[in-house]
Amino acid sequence: MPALVWMGVFLFLPLLLVLVISFAARGTYGGVEWTFSLANYLNMADPLYLRIYARSLALAAATTVVCLLLGFPLAYYIARAPARWQAVWLMLIIIPFWTNFLVRTYAWMFILRSEGLFHTVLSSVGLVTSPIEILYSDTAVLIGLVYGYLPFMVLPLYAAIERLDRSVVEAAWDLYASGWSVFWRVVLPLTKPGVIAGCLLVFIPSVGAFITPDLLGGARSMMVGNLIQHEYLVVRDWPFGSAISFALMALVLVGIAVYFKVETKVAV
Amino acid sequence: MTGQRRWLRSASLANLLFLYAPIAVLVVFSFNASRLSARWQGFTLQWYQMLASDEALFAAVQNSLLVAVVSTMIATILGVSAAVGLERSHFPGQRLVDGALLLPLVIPEVMMGVALLLFFVMIQVPLSLVTVTIGHAAFNVPVVMVIVRARLRKLDPALEEAARDLGATAWQAFRRVTLPLLSPAIIGGVLMAFTVSLDDFIVTFFTAGPGSTTLPLKVYSMIKSGVSPEINALSAILVLVSMALIALSLVMQRVNGK
Repeated sequence: MPALVWMGVFLFLPLLLVLVISFAARGTYGGVEWTFSLANYLNMADPLYLRIYARSLALAAATTVVCLLLGFPLAYYIARAPARWQAVWLMLIIIPFWTNFLVRTYAWMFILRSEGLFHTVLSSVGLVTSPIEILYSDTAVLIGLVYGYLPFMVLPLYAAIERLDRSVVEAAWDLYASGWSVFWRVVLPLTKPGVIAGCLLVFIPSVGAFITPDLLGGARSMMVGNLIQHEYLVVRDWPFGSAISFALMALVLVGIAVYFKVETKVAV
Repeated sequence: MTGQRRWLRSASLANLLFLYAPIAVLVVFSFNASRLSARWQGFTLQWYQMLASDEALFAAVQNSLLVAVVSTMIATILGVSAAVGLERSHFPGQRLVDGALLLPLVIPEVMMGVALLLFFVMIQVPLSLVTVTIGHAAFNVPVVMVIVRARLRKLDPALEEAARDLGATAWQAFRRVTLPLLSPAIIGGVLMAFTVSLDDFIVTFFTAGPGSTTLPLKVYSMIKSGVSPEINALSAILVLVSMALIALSLVMQRVNGK
C-alpha cells in the first residue's frame, strides 16, 4: 500500500528518530552526540519546566471546562430545534472553524491589547481610566483556546443529545424531578460518551497548543508547545526538546486510550 | 418549560455572538482610517491598497497555492488507495495499521513539526517548499482516507460484484463502478485537504526554509511585528476566501447528492 510507505518514511521514521534522539545528548554546537542516557527525561523534572507543564495542564483543563459550560446549552438547544434549523445552526458553528487559526487568534490580539477595542469601548463609557492588561496573560490564552476549540466540544455533544430519547426526559419531568435533577440524573448520564468525546477533542489540542500561547500569552505564559519550539529552534537542544515532545505525545495517547476504554464500556 | 427554552436560546445566541463578533470586528476595522487607535476615524481602503502593492505577499500566496495543490494531489491518491485497501481486504495486523494511519489526526502538531524537521536535517535534505509539501501530504493522507472510507463503508459491495460477474476486470469494476460512486467523498476529501494545507502554520513553520514563505508564515511574521490595519485587511480577505470555499463545498455536495 503506497500510503503506508509514504507515512512510514515521512511520519513513523521521523517519530522514531525523535524517540531515539531523546536518549542522546546535545553536541557542543547544537548537534546531536550519540550517547545513551536518561538525562533528558530526568532534566524534565526541573521546577522551571514543571511549572510550564502545570500551566499547560491547568490551561487545557480550564479550556475544557469553559467549553463544556458554554457548549452544553448550545448543543442542547440545537439538538432540540426543528431539523431544518439544526443544519443551519451546525453550519454556523463550523464556519468560524474554517477561518484561518492565526486570523482568529489575531482578532483577540486586536480586541484585548492595552489600547485595543475592549479598552476603547470600556473607557469611552467611563468604566476604566487606565489601560487594562489582558493581552499577554493566562486569561488571554484561555480566551483564545476556548474560542479556537469550542466547535470541537459542541459537535460531539450535539450528536449525543440528538440521540437522547425525549420521552425519558419527559418521564423525569412527569415524576416531578426538578430541573437540576433532570439534568444531573437523566440528561448528563445518558450523554456521557458525547461529553467525554468533546472534552478530549478540546483537551488534546489545548494541551499541545502553540499558536495561541505564542501570540496571546507572551513570555510569562509559555506552554509545553512553546517550550518544545524554544528548545528546538532557540536553544537548539534537540535531545531535550525530543524528550519533552515524547512525554507530551505519551500523555495524549494515554488520553485517547482512556477514551476508547470508556467508549467500549458505555457501548456494552 | 418555556422559560427553560428561552434561557437555552439566549445562551445559544450568546455563543454565536462570541464566535462571530471577533471576526466581524476585524473586518469592520480593516476599513478604519486610523493606523494606531481602535477608535473609528472614518472609512478608508488604503490598507487594502497597501496590501495590493506588497510583492512578498503575492509570492507567499503563490507558494501556499503550489504547496496546497501538490500536497492535496499526493494525499488524495494515497488516501483513496489506503481507504480502498483497508476497507476491501483483510490482513493480519490490520487494526494496528488502521490506528497508525490515524496518528497524524491526534498527535500534537508541534510534535509532527519537530519530527519532520529532525528527519530532514538528519538525512541532509535542505528545507524548502519540497519539504513543506511532503509534510502537508503526510498529515493530509488520513484526512482524505477517513472521509473516503466512511463513504466506502456505506457502499453496497454487491455493485462491484455484479460488475465482476458481468465480466469486468477488477480494475474496470473499480474504475467504472466504485470510483464514480466515491466521487462525492473524494471531492469532499480534496476540499478538506486543500483547506487544511492552505491554513497550516505549525508543520510549515518547522519544515520551511529560506525563500519558502507561505501565506500563514507571512501572516505570522506580520502579526509578530505588531497589530496593524494591514493585517486586518488581509484577515478580512482570508475570511472572505474561506466563506467562498465553504459555499463551494456546499454547492458541490448538493450537486453530487442528487
